Amino acid sequence: MKINKETVRKIAHLARLELNESQEESMISELSEILDWVEKLNELDTEGVEPLINISGEVNRWREDEAKLTISHKEALKNAPEHDDDFFIVPKVVE
Amino acid sequence: MEISGQQYEPVIGLEVHVQLNTKSKIFCDDPVKYGADPNTLVSPVSLAHPGTLPVVNRAVLGKAVKLGLALECKIAQKMYFDRKNYFYPDSPKGYQLTQDRTPVCKGGGVNIKTESGDKFVSLDKIHMEEDAGKSIHVEGEDFSKIDLNRAGTPLLEVVTNPCMSTSAEVALFLNYLRRLVRWLDISDANMEEGSLRCDANVSIKPVGSEKLGNKVEIKNMNSVRNVQKAINAEIKRQAELIRSGETVISETRLYDLEKNQTRAMRTKEALNDYRYFPDPDLSEIELSDSFINEIKSAMPELPEEREQRFINEYGIELEKARIICEEISQAKFFESMLKENIDPKVASNWFVGPVKGFINQNSEIKLENINPKALSSLIELSTSGKVNQHVAVRELLPEVMVNGTKPEKLAAEKGLLIESDENELLDWVNEAISQNPEKVTAWKNGKKGLSKFFMGEVMKKSKGKADPRQTISLIEEQLKNQ
Repeated sequence: MKINKETVRKIAHLARLELNESQEESMISELSEILDWVEKLNELDTEGVEPLINISGEVNRWREDEAKLTISHKEALKNAPEHDDDFFIVPKVVE
Repeated sequence: MEISGQQYEPVIGLEVHVQLNTKSKIFCDDPVKYGADPNTLVSPVSLAHPGTLPVVNRAVLGKAVKLGLALECKIAQKMYFDRKNYFYPDSPKGYQLTQDRTPVCKGGGVNIKTESGDKFVSLDKIHMEEDAGKSIHVEGEDFSKIDLNRAGTPLLEVVTNPCMSTSAEVALFLNYLRRLVRWLDISDANMEEGSLRCDANVSIKPVGSEKLGNKVEIKNMNSVRNVQKAINAEIKRQAELIRSGETVISETRLYDLEKNQTRAMRTKEALNDYRYFPDPDLSEIELSDSFINEIKSAMPELPEEREQRFINEYGIELEKARIICEEISQAKFFESMLKENIDPKVASNWFVGPVKGFINQNSEIKLENINPKALSSLIELSTSGKVNQHVAVRELLPEVMVNGTKPEKLAAEKGLLIESDENELLDWVNEAISQNPEKVTAWKNGKKGLSKFFMGEVMKKSKGKADPRQTISLIEEQLKNQ
């Protein structure tokens, strides 16, 4: 399946990614290849087969309601590109 | 509402977010707490670090089913979570885990009592999802601050059908839902703190028309009253648009309380394309009959039922039954008071009056710390005439409520038990008479109402422990003898 430039731009916008002209081109070919590969699955007859949600096939893997802190405030902020003493800092978002 | 010779009516539907009062978040162990320091209730899962996996909190399922049963919904027995994809910094994963195709509850609804009779508010669905964090925009700066404490807090989104036509119906429904979720111990449902949030979809259409008008979603209302005001303002705006021949645009608008009007929100996402798909990191959920039945059998009597029973079984006035049944803790406390065989009507007067009054004035007093038995004995002491009621409320109630002291013992210690010793009474009466000769003359000249004045004097002298009935007859007897 061939993906077009418009679709690539739409997906990039939704993910808030900025792609230059050559990146767009390579995305078109990479995404198209991935889709071709996945399309192979269409060769199978899945009539009457329920879609698979979770690959493990597990059901009801849940936990009891117990609260626990696993990292400190300092550790939480440590890997952020930008932060102050309390908050993560991000480029201004306007609603 | 008439617009250019045509009758129009509003159509309103709600999306109510109920924040659940679980101990931990919906997909990880972080504590759920309001007002903590920023970014202190987070973990690699809620921060969306690579390689972390969510695991659903069983209590969230239980609470969702509980609400669904109380609202007579159909409970889904097989379900999964979907990813709702959007990019915004307060949602660190880049998607929200929610239920798109398999909501935990479908249908159902509730009868609300409006001024013009019963009205059924029908529900579309209730689904589970996670809350986002908070963005703080700093005026004049080119950055925003992000606090992720709230990210991953469990929510139930209750979606009604577009079936309401006035803001008054909306208010009744919201108040009903708020009482219910508190009653079921699902949520604190505090609109100011955001644990109950309501968006309203509002449109108007010609009366009788099947086709709905373009709907506007309004947000940013932090009280039931403001929801009502926002809806009224929006209905007015849409009517004016149509009156002047314009069309209503489908959009999201924010309510501005100060101006009492709604204003368009700048679009967050030019293309609203959430690309929902089932989340592959979470297992599917199957709720067995026994899971559901266990919740069903532990379901408390619902507030409306309890209110009605209080009226039928105990003969309590509707108004008082309603106040008592505002909170399940109050209803339970009230019924444990009744175990002591006191008159339910008298007990309801005490509860709604002095007892609630004292609690309201003393925020440190909690109902669960008060001994209902001690309170019943106090009421008994007053109704049996052993302590004057005013004295009981003023002098005994606070200590009985705070310390659970036995009222009879306390009354005796404070010397407040009504004296039926006629000699002592007679002394007080005669003292009152001899100290007020002009009042005695006036009484003799026909101002019989002055008996009450003497009564007051005797009460002062006896510090309230004179038996009122005995005192009044003694006063009149003595006055006649003057």
